[in-house]
Amino acid sequence: MQVGPSQASTSTPIRERFQIKSKHWLFLMACPFLVLVFIFSYLPLGGWIYAFYDYRPGIPLSKSDFVGFHWFTAMFSNEVQRSEMVRVLRNTFAISSLGILTSVLPVIFAIMLTEVRNASFKKIVQTFTTLPNFISWVLVYSFAFMLFSVDGGFLNNVLMSLGWIEEPTNILASNQHTWLAMTLWGVWKGLGWGAIMYIAAITGIDQELYEAAKVDGASRFRQIWHVTIPGIMPTFFVLLVLSIANFINNGMEQYFIFANAMNMSNIEVLDLYVYNVGITGSNFGFATAVSIMKSFVSLFLLFLANGLSKAVRGETII
Amino acid sequence: MAIRSKISFFDIINYTVLALFTLTCFFPFYYLFINTISNNDLSSRGLVMFYPIEIHLSNYAQVFQIPGFGQAALVSLGRTVIGTLLTVAASGFLGYLFTKQEMWGRRFWYRFLVITMYFNAGLIPWYLIMRNLGLLNNFLAYLLPAIVSPFYIILVKTYVESTPISLQESAQIDGAGYFTVFWKIIMPLITPILATIAIFSAVGQWNQFYDTLFLVTDQRLYTLQFILWRYLNEATSVAEIMRQTGGSTRLDLSMMPTATSIRTTVTMIVVVPILLVYPFFQRFFVKGIMIGAVKG
Repeated sequence: MQVGPSQASTSTPIRERFQIKSKHWLFLMACPFLVLVFIFSYLPLGGWIYAFYDYRPGIPLSKSDFVGFHWFTAMFSNEVQRSEMVRVLRNTFAISSLGILTSVLPVIFAIMLTEVRNASFKKIVQTFTTLPNFISWVLVYSFAFMLFSVDGGFLNNVLMSLGWIEEPTNILASNQHTWLAMTLWGVWKGLGWGAIMYIAAITGIDQELYEAAKVDGASRFRQIWHVTIPGIMPTFFVLLVLSIANFINNGMEQYFIFANAMNMSNIEVLDLYVYNVGITGSNFGFATAVSIMKSFVSLFLLFLANGLSKAVRGETII
Repeated sequence: MAIRSKISFFDIINYTVLALFTLTCFFPFYYLFINTISNNDLSSRGLVMFYPIEIHLSNYAQVFQIPGFGQAALVSLGRTVIGTLLTVAASGFLGYLFTKQEMWGRRFWYRFLVITMYFNAGLIPWYLIMRNLGLLNNFLAYLLPAIVSPFYIILVKTYVESTPISLQESAQIDGAGYFTVFWKIIMPLITPILATIAIFSAVGQWNQFYDTLFLVTDQRLYTLQFILWRYLNEATSVAEIMRQTGGSTRLDLSMMPTATSIRTTVTMIVVVPILLVYPFFQRFFVKGIMIGAVKG
């Protein structure tokens, strides 16, 4: 064995030898995990092939008819389908737009909270407002059910005992204001959590800036306007850009859980539509085609948002 | 002291708005809780509104008699504990490996991993792959897809890179291999970030709902979230079954299971574990997302 003597001589050759032996060893250790990534993230891309076949569950793909771009053109081919797509896209855009509009609320909340001087009040507010972020949509729906249901729900009982309404109204199974209701649930769940980043950003602002503003005679509002807001703009901008990139990915859990026969026409966003058509309706080919379109559009939006970020801040997000 | 400014109009508005929103966040939890411990008959008519009436705890004993409830609790607990351990171990180890410049194809594999955060094949292709892998009605479907999570790996990698490299080098000169360095040197250093990941991952596993919806039809693999969702829609029939199978019951109306008592009690049981760990993780998660924020 020659290893012994050469190791003793100088440190550089040892390290080189170490690296040559170890670079593959490092890869081998990472390999099982990379295989998992491949299986669960890349392999499903192969499933895009179903968008080009008239595949029905139970019949193998080899026996299914190749239909080319049929499912893609089917999205807009006839009047009924076209209005269906328009409805789903309108729901998606409306809910996402409301989401972007309400993204200033965590900023306002964070500013309000940092203006509070009583430490224990601040702590209590932060603890309870962050909590809803950690419960699932199923639990949120359970709360909604108890508070707003038509028989024995809290709100109906309060309003009736106050004599403001005669008959209980079924708020959850209503087609009115569905977009707004979904947005408000999102705000209820996410506001406290969303503010954490901004609170941290405000804490990071140099205190000397406030001192200087005070010396110049700035009021509390002026300090907020000229020091706090510019201080958190970069954080706000990054999150705004990310929400643009996710404009058509509302996810489906919230909408799936809150959906019912009454509100379906207004709550059905793209992700829920894919589920309803694909899993419930067993039309795998069409649902996959919609997914593919969605992937390309969100990829485009991601690059657009990235370009926007580069142009405005000189920094990329990906 | 005279310097202390008096309470302004702004303060009044500010405190009021914050207090109201805090109450809005807190009240649903409180409302459900008082309903689980109150007279079931009054509760089902919505008459328990601000404080508990005729306190009893029998609802909590009763829901465990619902067929399948105990099993679902075990499945949820199992996936949370095992899933979190696997995710934390994998994130820690892989995050460390990716700090090693000398890894073969490091840049490529790191991108291979990170880019998966930005695309997703879609529901149907994912479902079909899971089916072809034999992960329908399989407990592993709860664990395997969650093991490698790019975001957690970025967190660990960033964290390891902020620790002094000299510690690792001195151990390597003493003849320690990568695994020994990871176990003896890195692990103790990165405990805070691993705790953060454990919290996120545990909450995620406990709250996970739609993998059961898509992939599981076997009742023995139902999770608490899933059966809660079913009870929200079918609680009336569950209550009916319980009244009948409860049989010769000496329970009076005030303790008889109702649709409302089942809904509220199961909800409380699903919420409680989160409430229990919440104070502990409050101090970790802020640190956790800030590290994430730095990296973007």
